[in-house]
Amino acid sequence: MITAILRRAGAGLLVLWAAATAAYLALLAAPGDTVDAIVGDGADTPGIRAQIIQEWHLDRSAVVQYLDFLLRAAHGDLGRSYLLQRPVSAVIGSQLAPTLKLAVAAAVFGVVLALLFAVTARRLTSTAGLILVSTPPFLIGIILLSIFSFRLGWFPVSGDRGFAALVLPAITLGLPIAGTLAQVLRDGLDRALDEPFAVTARARGLRESGVLIRHALKHALLPAVTMLGWSFGVLIGGTVIVEQVFGRPGLGQVTVQAVNSSDLPVVLAVVILAAAVFVVINTVTDLAYLLIDPRLRRS
Amino acid sequence: MIRVEDLRVTFQLPRRTVDAVRGVSFEIEPGECVAIVGESGSGKSVTARSLVGLAGPGARVDAVRLEVDGQDARRFAPRDWRRLRGGFAGLVLQDALVSLDPLRTVGAEISEVLRVHGERSRSARTRQAHRLLEEVHVPEPQRRAGQYPHQLSGGLRQRALIASALAAAPKLLIADEPTTALDATVQAQILRLLAERRAAGQTLLLISHDLAVVAQLADRVLVMKDGRIVESAPTKALLTGAVHTYTRTLVEAAAGRRRATGPAPGPVVVEATALRKVYGDRAVVRDVDVTVRRGEIVGLVGESGSGKTTVAQLLFGLAEPTSGQVRFEGQRFSGVPERARRPLRRRLQFIAQDPLSAFDPRWTVRRIVAEALPRGASPAPFLERVGLGEDVLDRYPRQLSGGQRQRVAIARAIAPRPSLIICDEPVSALDVSVQAQVLDLLAEIREQDGTALLFISHDLGVVRDLADRVLVMHDGRVVEQGPASAVFDRPAHEYTRELLAAVPTLEVPA
Repeated sequence: MITAILRRAGAGLLVLWAAATAAYLALLAAPGDTVDAIVGDGADTPGIRAQIIQEWHLDRSAVVQYLDFLLRAAHGDLGRSYLLQRPVSAVIGSQLAPTLKLAVAAAVFGVVLALLFAVTARRLTSTAGLILVSTPPFLIGIILLSIFSFRLGWFPVSGDRGFAALVLPAITLGLPIAGTLAQVLRDGLDRALDEPFAVTARARGLRESGVLIRHALKHALLPAVTMLGWSFGVLIGGTVIVEQVFGRPGLGQVTVQAVNSSDLPVVLAVVILAAAVFVVINTVTDLAYLLIDPRLRRS
Repeated sequence: MIRVEDLRVTFQLPRRTVDAVRGVSFEIEPGECVAIVGESGSGKSVTARSLVGLAGPGARVDAVRLEVDGQDARRFAPRDWRRLRGGFAGLVLQDALVSLDPLRTVGAEISEVLRVHGERSRSARTRQAHRLLEEVHVPEPQRRAGQYPHQLSGGLRQRALIASALAAAPKLLIADEPTTALDATVQAQILRLLAERRAAGQTLLLISHDLAVVAQLADRVLVMKDGRIVESAPTKALLTGAVHTYTRTLVEAAAGRRRATGPAPGPVVVEATALRKVYGDRAVVRDVDVTVRRGEIVGLVGESGSGKTTVAQLLFGLAEPTSGQVRFEGQRFSGVPERARRPLRRRLQFIAQDPLSAFDPRWTVRRIVAEALPRGASPAPFLERVGLGEDVLDRYPRQLSGGQRQRVAIARAIAPRPSLIICDEPVSALDVSVQAQVLDLLAEIREQDGTALLFISHDLGVVRDLADRVLVMHDGRVVEQGPASAVFDRPAHEYTRELLAAVPTLEVPA
């Protein structure tokens, strides 16, 4: 048990390291000079440039900078933002909450909608799901905005004030998840309902809804959980777009800004954070398997 | 209790309609044990399930009379059926590993029946579940109730399934192939359990493809073929004086028939000495010696978990023995790289229990057999040898019956002219009547080609009918071996005697 946990943790660290390194290399290869990025729109004189190089230790070789970055990251120090001149952890920290709120709301909405659809309207699921999956989120967002915000005025157009502001972005982000998830669930339900144990359950006098909820649903959850883990990746990517469309603060906005201005430390931090979320989600997924399927538990 | 007149069930499939049941009439009186016997596709299961309104999705059920528990079931709404299910009739299906919900404990499954049938109190349900498990002789019912089907042995979970079917004290117990997935000794135990229920007054409807299984229990047997009842008679009368030819084939197949022994055995084909295989800290095979000579059929029998399949894997070079060695046609076959084994591979063939999963589903029969032949050689002669026409050449495995598939597997196995074919439960998935034909075919191939067969099976009846020599495995060891007649007629080992006693046999009254 303990070795299993240690192995998991080790693998997680490896993933984090790989993600950070890949991002580091990609940014290194990107056009543009770090000094330019730090100077930004500010005054640009040789003196200032020299000062920047000295202050940020940019005179060291790329390898040394990389190792230094790793060492600091290992201690939890993600450096300072070139652009905002604040510690990265503070930048991320202030923007994390709105994004998290959005992601969780979208996930909950997606799961609930998928469950409702798969359980009550299995026949409809396929078509509805396909439409939802094949529509890009920004389009859904714009359609929702134009109907519910501009025309009906039920929800604010942008910002992050209160629950009302969360509704449309969460729906935008959650709908595609609901679409895929509902399809996976429906497929799993159909398959489970064909199994002999479903016949046995019916032969006990159980209602069809009872067979569905008490037996088939748990079987359908297994592939759905895998799907949900994957969806979180989509969520992280999706927040970037949705936050833009709805003008919400959050990591998405920060990321777009950081990438546009080559703010290396912030981009790296976002990548590491995303990788960490992935590791956590995958671990949770694996644990959920064990919870759902006793056959996977080792005695 | 049940009155059925001219029952017809049709399935509306996307492209065609299938008449599964075409006009069946029968009655079941309280306290009776009635058996429906027939091969797969004969409509026996559909007939039985129609009695509880579970003929299947897309089924259309018509009848002149369909009386269930004194009510006209033709006009039943879903809720009427639900009231009868579990309470009036309990259903036991083939394999409890999949017929009980694998994600729920057996206790939860039993208590669900009680809940559906009105027991509100959770603790009362738990108590009753324990009592029910005890009634079907599950030891330590408290502990077992908290376990999942996969944690129980085949026999225990089948008992748990029966307990769940009996939970609401149904007047009729329908058992659809209740022992087909089980080893012989376990099958015997389950049959004993059913006999016990019957003695206690339980009305039973048994469904099986094996006449030998139901003959011990049933008062009356209905023989079904192609959706019709071809013969219906009290068991004893059916065994002695079957009128219909099909029934006679069934009786004959169930009684078993010793096939001719082959020519005198030739040189040694495969020789394994002191084989031992350890997985983790469990020795699965311990000190097993096997020799098979040319033209010989050697039976390897034992129950699941006895190590017989592992022995087959070791002989076939799919697994390396922990110690001991295998020689094939005089050359080392174990402890050498696969490269060294490959030239010999054509001389060593394999037939699996379920050819459907051993064939590539996207390949036609032509391609499947041709793969085993030199480029350009026609597979047709080999199909002809196994009794298949050219019309199957362009079909896919799914489009063949179980018997046809196994014939294709045999055609593929004999195509490279092997000196040894290892057959792992080659007929266990087949109906009894089809089993007999496949066994005939195997005996004929040995006779004509002198091919040696290592025949692995848990079914002693089958091995007795075919093998020259028998090895009995138990707990990874060969506990008894010798000529088939000696082992079967004068078993020396306690375990062999136990196995033999469990084989259901038709004792046709003189």
